[in-house]
Amino acid sequence: MRLTLNVWRQKGKDDAGGFVKYDVPDVSEHMSFLEMLDVLNQRLILKGEAPVAFDHDCREGICGMCGFMINGQAHGPLRGTTVCQLHMRHYKDGDELWLEPWRAAAFPVVRDLAVDRSAFDKIVAAGGYVSVSTGSAPDGNAIPVPKEIADRAMDAAACIGCGACVASCPNASASLFTGAKIAHLGFLPQGQPERERRALAMVAQMDLEQFGGCTLFGECQDACPKGISIDVIARMNRDYWLSALFSAPPSAGAAASG
Amino acid sequence: MSSTAPAATQRITLFYQDYVGKKVAMALSGVVLFGYVIIHMAGNLQIFAGREQLNAYAQALHANVPLLWIARIVLLLAVGIHFYTGISLAGASRAARPVRYQVKGQRHPNLAGRTMALSGLVLAAFIVFHILHLTTGTVQPAPFADLRPYDNMVNSFRVIPVAGFYVLSVCLLGLHLYHGAWSMFQSVGFNHPRYTPALRRFAAVFAFLLAIGFSVVPIAVLTGMVR
Ligand code: HEM
Ligand code: FES
Repeated sequence: MRLTLNVWRQKGKDDAGGFVKYDVPDVSEHMSFLEMLDVLNQRLILKGEAPVAFDHDCREGICGMCGFMINGQAHGPLRGTTVCQLHMRHYKDGDELWLEPWRAAAFPVVRDLAVDRSAFDKIVAAGGYVSVSTGSAPDGNAIPVPKEIADRAMDAAACIGCGACVASCPNASASLFTGAKIAHLGFLPQGQPERERRALAMVAQMDLEQFGGCTLFGECQDACPKGISIDVIARMNRDYWLSALFSAPPSAGAAASG
Repeated sequence: MSSTAPAATQRITLFYQDYVGKKVAMALSGVVLFGYVIIHMAGNLQIFAGREQLNAYAQALHANVPLLWIARIVLLLAVGIHFYTGISLAGASRAARPVRYQVKGQRHPNLAGRTMALSGLVLAAFIVFHILHLTTGTVQPAPFADLRPYDNMVNSFRVIPVAGFYVLSVCLLGLHLYHGAWSMFQSVGFNHPRYTPALRRFAAVFAFLLAIGFSVVPIAVLTGMVR
């Protein structure tokens, strides 16, 4: 099949950027979207032009590296699918597509369709961890976790950090991502010691990174390739305000010695 | 010696600084306004019980002056917090996406949610007009008499643009609450697989009832059912 692509080309963070039209005449329905771009890039390289930059790694839908907007939709039109797992059989001959990078103040464009998502790393660094005792490995199932709780933690842990939630959110909010990380750890017994501090620190970092607030539109959960629900956002809000208002101040003894 | 534990006032300011704190402020001020509009609508509907009933109800509300002023101050605070926080959240969203998408491809139809700031701004204009019109009588599209709401409503809702603006505003109030009366629960984290879908229905039902309940009064006057 033959496609017309309008690809956002931008040399760097401070370049203005704009769409460039490409004709791709030889697309096979068996290709993935990224393989189709590989074909385009091969041709551009042979012509001596710069290939279209885009992020990718596993191409199995599990690493979270890939992602851009296709006709205004994060990862394209298919539900629960990263763009590396989107196959060209979902398109038909003559289709015209617009490819844009994730757009958010917190995600500056590196080049073309690739953006810098370090802001996510900083949110995780602020509180997305649990303390683990050193020494010999603990017994596998020493801490009982009810099945329902384990499942819900796992649902949240499915987040691959691709950024589709931010990209699709009209507020460019990182609430689904941050909520997923907080829920993933906060559901489990191992996540309890840091639970209060985690919500406060991760929400504060999210604000510092210049993400917008959440108005619960629900666009993110429809765009999420892992189908994470906005329930995690409500949970984050609850953890946040309970901790902000009621978390225990350090004991007098700790304050004196510290 | 400086302590690391924040004092109570510090906690509140720190709380409000982060966006989740702002959302809680939105929800708390929103729930006050939500409760108020329900009571307000119940009051208005007494117009169908006749002139004496409605005017007596208004006079009874005004009889207890301290209570009246407490209610007014609480409402003013709620509107002030809600307005200021709503505007600042909307501003933060704009700043979070300085370069807009050239092609839009919304997946999740959510007219009410996406127009919160717009419906809110019209409501703000409406609230100002409404107070100047039927509380203070400063704006008089028709003759105004203090504490005679039956006569004031009947006289001014005969003016078509006035009745039209009221109907439009209360429909937008319905739209605002169709999303808001559900999302306020999520903002404070009241979420449960069993109750969250029920809350959606709760919001839809109340939004609809409020839009209808408020609209019937100007419509009844316009059509001559109430005169
Ligand atoms: C003064 C004019 C008003 C403005 C400017 C305004 C603006 C807004 C905005 C922008 C939001 C969304 C905030 C966000 O999540 O980002 C919102 C939410 C809300 N509004 Fe209003 N609004 C106004 C009046 C009202 C009135 C009169 C009511 C109720 C009768 C109301 C009830 C609510 C509720 C319940 C929410 C949901 C709060 C939440 O999601 O936590 N608002 N408003
Ligand atoms: S490349 Fe790993 S998820 Fe798409």
